Amino acid sequence: MDTMRRIILKATMAGGTLAVAAGANLLTPSSVLAAWPAKAFEATKMDAAMDLLTGKDRPEESADITVVAPDIAENGAVVSVKVTTTLPKVESISVYVPVNSFPLSASYILSNQMETAIAGRIKMAKTADIVAIVKSNGKLYTAKKGVKVTLGGCGG
Amino acid sequence: MARDMKIRAWDNGKNTSIKAIIFHPMETGLRKDKKTGKKIPGHYITEVNCEHNGKNILTCLWGPGVSKNPFLSFDFNGAKKGDKIKISWLDNQGGKGDSSATIS
Repeated sequence: MDTMRRIILKATMAGGTLAVAAGANLLTPSSVLAAWPAKAFEATKMDAAMDLLTGKDRPEESADITVVAPDIAENGAVVSVKVTTTLPKVESISVYVPVNSFPLSASYILSNQMETAIAGRIKMAKTADIVAIVKSNGKLYTAKKGVKVTLGGCGG
Repeated sequence: MARDMKIRAWDNGKNTSIKAIIFHPMETGLRKDKKTGKKIPGHYITEVNCEHNGKNILTCLWGPGVSKNPFLSFDFNGAKKGDKIKISWLDNQGGKGDSSATIS
């Protein structure tokens, strides 16, 4: 895993300069964002975000979903999360942190070529559960994992 | 922007593994500038598309709750060595980028 560590180190160092570079094309309009569910990402309550993203149906607890995350995260700005599931016909996997200012962190829409496991990194404001919601065969299922955060990652 | 993304794609014996990292500030819009006390505007990736030989395999919808310099890892079926992988992204300020890799 040493190569991965290199990438992470480089990423941390490159962050500062790239922020400036990205600022250069600030004012380009974008119409392509229409598909992005802005309202769901702007919702400040877990229930509202779920309504907007997947509808009024509430997910069922499922033992077929595994949320892999550290028990203790020293830095809430970078919390590794992996969601895996053995449920059939997975259409989407969404990741929520109910205590964040915007509870919806990420949503992944999977094609049928995909293995049903996704890993990424999210921010957490404080100690909380990470909630994964999987849409499988038209129905919603959920699982969660508690993470203790010693330093919040959302600023404010 | 050649330096804005890194992709590794390889045949893992069973299927294909992808690991990608996009260099992006992922500002939430909630943080304040310590000197001026003003809020720093939100600047984050909203959409990421992953393609295999031109066919979409995964769409990621992201919000400000995704970490700075986002990392993405997943496996998928139906590809062979030498196939092309393309990952492209859009952010909330109209910024975009893409990068390609060949499965090794």
